[in-house]
Amino acid sequence: MKVCVTAQGDNLQALVDPRFGRAKYFLAVDVDSLDFEVIENVNAQGTGGVGIQSGRLMADKGVECVLTGNIGPNASDTLKAAGIKFCLGATGTVLEAVEKYKKGEMTLSEGSNVDSKSGA
Amino acid sequence: MIVSVASGKGGTGKTLVATNLAMSLDFPCQLLDCDVEEPNAHLFLKPQIKKEEKVFKLVPKADVSKCQLCGKCQEVCVYNAIAVVGKKHLVFPQLCHGCGACSYFCPHGAIVEEKQEIGVVTTGESLHVDVISGRMKIGEAMAPPVIRRVKEHIRPDMVAIIDAPPGTSCPVIESIKGSDFVILVTEPTPFGLNDFVLSVEVLRKLNIPFGAIINRSDLGNQETEDFCQKNGIEILMKIPFQKEIAEVYSRGDFIVEALPSFRQAFKELWEKIQPKVAV
Ligand code: SF4
Ligand code: SF4
Repeated sequence: MKVCVTAQGDNLQALVDPRFGRAKYFLAVDVDSLDFEVIENVNAQGTGGVGIQSGRLMADKGVECVLTGNIGPNASDTLKAAGIKFCLGATGTVLEAVEKYKKGEMTLSEGSNVDSKSGA
Repeated sequence: MIVSVASGKGGTGKTLVATNLAMSLDFPCQLLDCDVEEPNAHLFLKPQIKKEEKVFKLVPKADVSKCQLCGKCQEVCVYNAIAVVGKKHLVFPQLCHGCGACSYFCPHGAIVEEKQEIGVVTTGESLHVDVISGRMKIGEAMAPPVIRRVKEHIRPDMVAIIDAPPGTSCPVIESIKGSDFVILVTEPTPFGLNDFVLSVEVLRKLNIPFGAIINRSDLGNQETEDFCQKNGIEILMKIPFQKEIAEVYSRGDFIVEALPSFRQAFKELWEKIQPKVAV
């Protein structure tokens, strides 16, 4: 199972980036082996629609679940259409977020928790 | 002849100047409220509404019976307004600029366009002033099409006063372009000056003649005036902070009617502007 965590750095010890659309990196982590792929978010500096772009990127990478801090309505619509689940309110390091997810301590969210234009 | 009243930031007294200038003129004129996010000139002018027209934009949609989910439309949309993910084709109308690229490039002719209301333009009359206001729908992000529709009402044989939105972004440029003169309203505070300097740069780029009005002129510092002097910007009027002004304004009345000294001051303002824009 592959989850994707928004990160401020390019390794498992990096802190979770609270924003989805404008996250610096995405770390696609295999929850069992902890193998991971670093995806740099080339859209982070875009002017509009970044949440949609990041959502599309998740779909392209075959991600099943996203762990992040906040998510906006456009990104949430895109992920839902792609059938990708997401958990909000992730904090600490990427590894901590993945561990919490594995223990079932993160709840799946139904929709966005911030408005558009927030970079999330 | 078109005179815009603009301001680098909100709350400087832009609408106060625009509405009072319109009222002080002794011939018919137009007032166009282009601050479509928060139009408020009508609160003072209280026009009798004559007409309301809706403003639409065309928003694309995929016809599911034809769409092959190939993703071409998403690829060509530079505004990221389309996402083709999973088995779905999503359009985000608030990001769409209506450029038509998606429909042009769709290899299966699957894009259809739907009208979506983005705002409304009302026209009315208040004594000798024709009042035209645009209002954008809440949540809508594209102000320029609404502003353009407001400006379509400009009559070349009349004096048109435009109440522009605050700031220096796209909607501001859309509002003031084509003006013969711009009145920049500012406050003599450090923040006010900072935004004022930005507005001055924009106006110089657009090559539109302008002058300044300093509102609450006795409350701040000298720097704004110094800046104007150094840069050859004419100070058209100074409005001191007076309790009477605030009272009259908060009642929704005109200072040119309630306070005779202002009637004179606005007349003089017009006499200063007119020769600069005489056609
Ligand atoms: S380009 Fe046309 S067929 Fe392809 S996804 Fe877009 S709407 Fe569907
Ligand atoms: S009309 Fe232009 S901006 Fe709107 S969705 Fe199509 S390509 Fe994107």
